[in-house]
Amino acid sequence: MSGPETSCAPRGAGDFCLSCLLTGGALVGAVIASFAYLQIDFGALFSREAAAGMGEFVASFFPPASAPPFLAKTALGALQTFAVAAVGTLLAALLGVLCALPAAGRAGGALRQVARFALNVLRSVPELVWATLMVLAAGLGPFAGALALALHTTGVLGRLFAEAIENAPPAAETALREAGAGSALAFLYGTLPLVWPQFIAYGLYRLEMNIRMAAVLGFVGAGGLGQMLYFHLSIFQQAEAATVLFAMLLLVLAVDALSHLLRGRLAN
Amino acid sequence: MSPSIVTRNLGLAHGNGLRAVHGLDLQLEPGERVAVIGPSGAGKTSLLRLLGTALRPTTGRLEVLGANPWQLAAGDLRRLRSRIGTIHQAPPIPPRLRVVTAILAGRLGRWPAAKGLLSLLYPADIAGARAALARLDLADRLFERCDRLSGGQLQRVGIARVLYQQAELILADEPVSALDPMLADAAIAQIAAEAGQRGATVVASLHAVDLALKWFPRVIGLRGGELAFDLPAAQVDAAMLRDLYASEGNVVPTQANDPTLLQVPAELGAGAPVVRLDSCRGRG
Amino acid sequence: MSTVAALPGGAARDPEARRRLGAALLALVVLWPLLQLAEFRPAVLFEVGNLRVMGGFLASFMPPAHAPEFLGLLLTATLETLAIATAGIALALFIAAPLAICATRALSVSRIGPGPGRWRGQALRGVVRGLLTILRAIPEIVWALMFVRVLGLGPAAGVLALAITYGGMLGKVYTEILESTDTRPARTLLEAGSGRLAALAYGLVPNAAQELTSYTVYRWECAVRASVIMGFVGAGGLGQLMDQSMKMLNGGEASTILLVFLLLVLLADAISGALRRALA
Repeated sequence: MSGPETSCAPRGAGDFCLSCLLTGGALVGAVIASFAYLQIDFGALFSREAAAGMGEFVASFFPPASAPPFLAKTALGALQTFAVAAVGTLLAALLGVLCALPAAGRAGGALRQVARFALNVLRSVPELVWATLMVLAAGLGPFAGALALALHTTGVLGRLFAEAIENAPPAAETALREAGAGSALAFLYGTLPLVWPQFIAYGLYRLEMNIRMAAVLGFVGAGGLGQMLYFHLSIFQQAEAATVLFAMLLLVLAVDALSHLLRGRLAN
Repeated sequence: MSPSIVTRNLGLAHGNGLRAVHGLDLQLEPGERVAVIGPSGAGKTSLLRLLGTALRPTTGRLEVLGANPWQLAAGDLRRLRSRIGTIHQAPPIPPRLRVVTAILAGRLGRWPAAKGLLSLLYPADIAGARAALARLDLADRLFERCDRLSGGQLQRVGIARVLYQQAELILADEPVSALDPMLADAAIAQIAAEAGQRGATVVASLHAVDLALKWFPRVIGLRGGELAFDLPAAQVDAAMLRDLYASEGNVVPTQANDPTLLQVPAELGAGAPVVRLDSCRGRG
Repeated sequence: MSTVAALPGGAARDPEARRRLGAALLALVVLWPLLQLAEFRPAVLFEVGNLRVMGGFLASFMPPAHAPEFLGLLLTATLETLAIATAGIALALFIAAPLAICATRALSVSRIGPGPGRWRGQALRGVVRGLLTILRAIPEIVWALMFVRVLGLGPAAGVLALAITYGGMLGKVYTEILESTDTRPARTLLEAGSGRLAALAYGLVPNAAQELTSYTVYRWECAVRASVIMGFVGAGGLGQLMDQSMKMLNGGEASTILLVFLLLVLLADAISGALRRALA
């Protein structure tokens, strides 16, 4: 096959626009600048001692701790993490529906902006930051984690629910209003049945995200598997940490499967 | 007794200047049964929406059930609307809703809020809903989901809802367009019977002129948004009808050549799966 | 049509009622122990001690800290966060690109025909996809925690954690993008005997370039947020600064850092949008 200079070569990676080239150059420059700024000593990082240290560290995870009392504790931790995620998501769904109504404009234009702003603030603050705040308000433990998830997820779900409500065809609700129904009942009979499957789908999707977050919130004291992992790593008990990590993986897979099952049955 | 409906120079113009309805003077007494006929685009739907307080007139005066609806306070308007029942050509019922809930929704305007809320969990008046549905020969479908019904069955549910509502003014916009001639005749008979029993006023726009002349003592012809004639049914002759339908090739539509295909009106939103109007096809 | 109003002898009860009641009871039975496990006690929020701590902390939010040394610290931390995200994505690209090339069916020579080595090719692709899933499975903050244990506090832990998890994410999505664009040019080249890299460069990249860069830039935006989060376990940047301030209950510093974080997210969003338009 002839080289790429011949005219029958297809238009390929050689045809760059100038701005693409400049942007690409700027990006490469940014990457190099980042590494320089961080001053990561790659020499030390990939040196023989570091590699050996890393190897020892990884080896210390195996075999994972498997004493029955510890397995029982891990199982309880997993259940607690699931409880945090479930309670947080459920609370967020309820609050989300409440906030979605004004955010969809059902209470006037001014309130719509206020509701949307509030939901944006809730959404923008990461769950971990909420968790550190909730630890102050509710003390260490899983309740703080559930509250943190609830606050952040209300922002996410509230906005998704509001968009679903705004996109729903209004004919059913309008017809009920024209037959004299009050606005709340017209919404419940006319629009809610239309958006209900979407609400379920969004809620279950967030549950899948939240189970991962719930595991991690334990790092700041919100109980469950996260707190166990943090604890055992701080006292250099890698074998126990390995068991906890494994439990985290299993829990995430199980919740993903549960979410798929429920989505099929509830939203059909 | 004060008239059911009074309009003076009623008019509705769209934003782009198109006049849907223009210069209508009407007066309907309580208990009257009136059919509105005319070619497509004559303004029948617009007239019914004006009478049902769904649209605000741009010109003229309107009085419904003794009140000017657009000068009422919100609560009074709501109460007025609960006395008006509208039968839509394509019933705007959410597909997931069950028939029993859809029918019971007809009295939401009269029920206290708590009753309406609880009815979502457990239907508040199963016997009443069944009775209404039985009049349209559909009682065995009481607990089905609306998206498992055919277009004609859904239309009958819409009629049942208004029968259950026990309205004083029934407005029907092509209520039997998806029903075959026998069912259509029987459905109109039920509407007429309901009106007769309770002294309610009925205004129905119909595509099939023979149906209109058979069941309605008074016929209003609309063309181009204006009144063509407003006569007792006996005085409507073939020449008038041919003139009325001049824009459709002088063919006067009747049940025999009435297509049973339905077009979803634009107000339901393009692509919105509120109603699936294919006959006799179940879900899936 | 029945003229006699005879009710058919059907059920006068709602057939759904039993199912709904059963479902409601099941939900309660499941919910109660969950609430107990999560130690759900709303009253705790209103306990005097907690209210005082929370109230005091929130009160100290105003005024936001603005001492010059602190603002200087803030600036370095922000730049560090941006650097962690950029370096992390760059390394992730390094990992993701070769894995994606191995894993994508669009560059498989053995599938043409199908030719010899079909099962081997499929097995290899399966293994690589499994590897990508494993890389993605553990949240980056968990990796960060472990790297902090080995490498000590600082940005290196964050960069490596991002490289691993985001390498997995980028790899998976690159594979999918390469398969979902028009693969005929690449297939034509492979059928004519060209090497895989040439088929990639001339056949797939021109079509897929926009989607690939768009997703990569979107991931960079997520990486900025993730870098802040990882700081809470000691991986440097704004997160580490905020963790310290909150542990000292210094509300003024916390509120400033929070504001800067929100601005940073907006900035990242703007840069991401601009880059995507520039590379379109």
